[in-house]
Amino acid sequence: MTRVQAIVRHRLFWPVVALVALLVANTIKNPTFVTLRVLDGHLFGAIINLLRQGAPLLLVSLGMTLVIATRGIDLSVGAVVAIAGAVGLASVAGAPDPGSLGAVLTAFVLALAVCVLAGMWNGFLVSVLGIQPIIATLVLMTAGRGIAMLITDGQITTVTSAPYKAIGSGFWLGLPIPVLLAAAVMAAVALLTRRTALGLLVESVGINPEASRIAGVGSRAIVWTVYVVCALFAGLAGLMVSADTMAADANNAGLFIELDAILAVVIGGTSLAGGKFSLSGTLVGVLVITTLTVTVGMMSISPSVTPLFKAVVVIAVCLAQSPAVRERLAARRRRAASTAAAAAEVAA
Amino acid sequence: MARINHRHTAVAALAAVSLLALGACSSGAKAGDTGDAAGGSDGDLISIGFAQVGAESGWRTANTKSIKDTLTKENGFDLKFSDAQQKQENQIQAIRSYIAQGVDVIAFSPVVESGWDAVLQEAKAANIPVILTDRAVDTDDDSLYVSFIGSDFVEEGKRAGEWVSENLGTEPINVVELQGTTGAAPTIDRKKGFEEATKGNSNITVIDSQTGNFTRAEGKQVMESFLQAHDDIDLVFAHNDDMGLGALEAIEAAGKVPGKDIKIVTIDGVKDGMTALSEGKFNYIVECNPLLGPDLADIAKKVVAGETVEKRIVTKDEAFDQEGAKAALPDRQY
Repeated sequence: MTRVQAIVRHRLFWPVVALVALLVANTIKNPTFVTLRVLDGHLFGAIINLLRQGAPLLLVSLGMTLVIATRGIDLSVGAVVAIAGAVGLASVAGAPDPGSLGAVLTAFVLALAVCVLAGMWNGFLVSVLGIQPIIATLVLMTAGRGIAMLITDGQITTVTSAPYKAIGSGFWLGLPIPVLLAAAVMAAVALLTRRTALGLLVESVGINPEASRIAGVGSRAIVWTVYVVCALFAGLAGLMVSADTMAADANNAGLFIELDAILAVVIGGTSLAGGKFSLSGTLVGVLVITTLTVTVGMMSISPSVTPLFKAVVVIAVCLAQSPAVRERLAARRRRAASTAAAAAEVAA
Repeated sequence: MARINHRHTAVAALAAVSLLALGACSSGAKAGDTGDAAGGSDGDLISIGFAQVGAESGWRTANTKSIKDTLTKENGFDLKFSDAQQKQENQIQAIRSYIAQGVDVIAFSPVVESGWDAVLQEAKAANIPVILTDRAVDTDDDSLYVSFIGSDFVEEGKRAGEWVSENLGTEPINVVELQGTTGAAPTIDRKKGFEEATKGNSNITVIDSQTGNFTRAEGKQVMESFLQAHDDIDLVFAHNDDMGLGALEAIEAAGKVPGKDIKIVTIDGVKDGMTALSEGKFNYIVECNPLLGPDLADIAKKVVAGETVEKRIVTKDEAFDQEGAKAALPDRQY
């Protein structure tokens, strides 16, 4: 009884229930959903597709988790996704041989370097100038797509380059490269924040920046760093998104991914008020959102109404997580239990 | 007290007068600008405002290039170009600004068919002739534009449908359709043409049809959901090459072979699409000619000279199968 209660009380219980429900619904709709098959040594199947589609969002959400843990928010990640794609593809397109590994690696390094600059800009505004994060990152959110448009000259840049494409749809050891990359990044972040004091420091800055500073924590450096890391991850996600279609669309690449990422973080139980954060929670959040998108598609509903379903899930999960609602429900359950007990006594 | 009030009134009145004067100044300046532009007599340039849909596809890029390359100062044009990023309100705003600038001719590709009457009335009231390129508008009053240059989209859909019916419709096949932007003329017409051409063939079933908004990314996204919802897709009919290219990626990601396991038929014939066709990943493309610049220049000159022009100018389109693409690819301009 108590163990069941403990599981139900766990903050990830409802998000996981939602995820499982969605997966079951998909399997009922199309039983081949859970099947995996091997073709040319690569793993294929709906689940693999789901992971592949969720990889960019996971990267962005990991960065967002760290930023939110410091009581910040980064609205500019979508724009950074667009910038990374624009710089990456424009650089490859300008190279003498777009298909060569050297050209592609140069493009990746260049794109990620630009994203680091973007993150430094955000971090500078927030940590040095003390501008509220929502305003500070709003600057790049709106200006970033303009920058991406400048880079692509207002057109959708398209290139053919096999090594570039690999980061979006390639395979290594039978698994999709974007999934492996996202998993590696997640493992690295988990190790750095949970096996060292870094996670604790990030949380302390989020709970009380001033107290942390007085206690000797370099809050400014930590806040600055998380924005840089967030932009770097968004940049990697941007390379994946652009490699997916081999097209840099400054207007639509990563559109609203910031909202999906914030959602994933919130569903995962990290509070927007800063402090404690949960990486595994973020992973669950990302899977819920990606599965939801896939489900909407499977039910043959137009993708343009996906946001409506996202909203419903968000409301449901937030309600399930809200202390006030939980308190009410618990009180009602207690009352029901005590009346039942009283009735039993009377009967006895 | 009363005196102070008077003074306030006086100040307010003064302010009002100076505002009016300012207004007069600025409208005066605007009128002057208009004179310059409309006169254009300095270099005899025809000032033309072009409101482009966006940059959603390779076709559009080729179309934009053709217009920018043709309507140059050397050819006697002063081109004002704007990109609406696939939003009707941006396009209406651009057209209004062209009216305010008093250009000689306005040309645009309407992003959707309906909702243009008000702004086109304004252009008519300002005596600025409007030329439609590529896409038509849905209006009862065809005096709102002087000419429409572009392909016959119904015919394009029909040709695609006929090819499918003749070559693949000999056995039962399931078709999914990737539509263009909802409400856009090519979307409505291509869908209609394809339906007309295939309705007589009972082997062809369209099992799903959704919009991919003419872009690669959305085409891929919709195709992914099609692949997850249906196991038995034989053919994709995409309203343009870019959505077809997105679908191609989705099919490959699902471990199937585009052009074989799932066949792809599209409309447009841009370079990337033709390349895919020559590599055997597409099966058939009906061309939609984006090089509308020369026709537009021709019509604009005639309109400004006061000559009458044809209301509908249909551009010549071809169609390619895999062999045809291999032969045609080296000479393609776009």
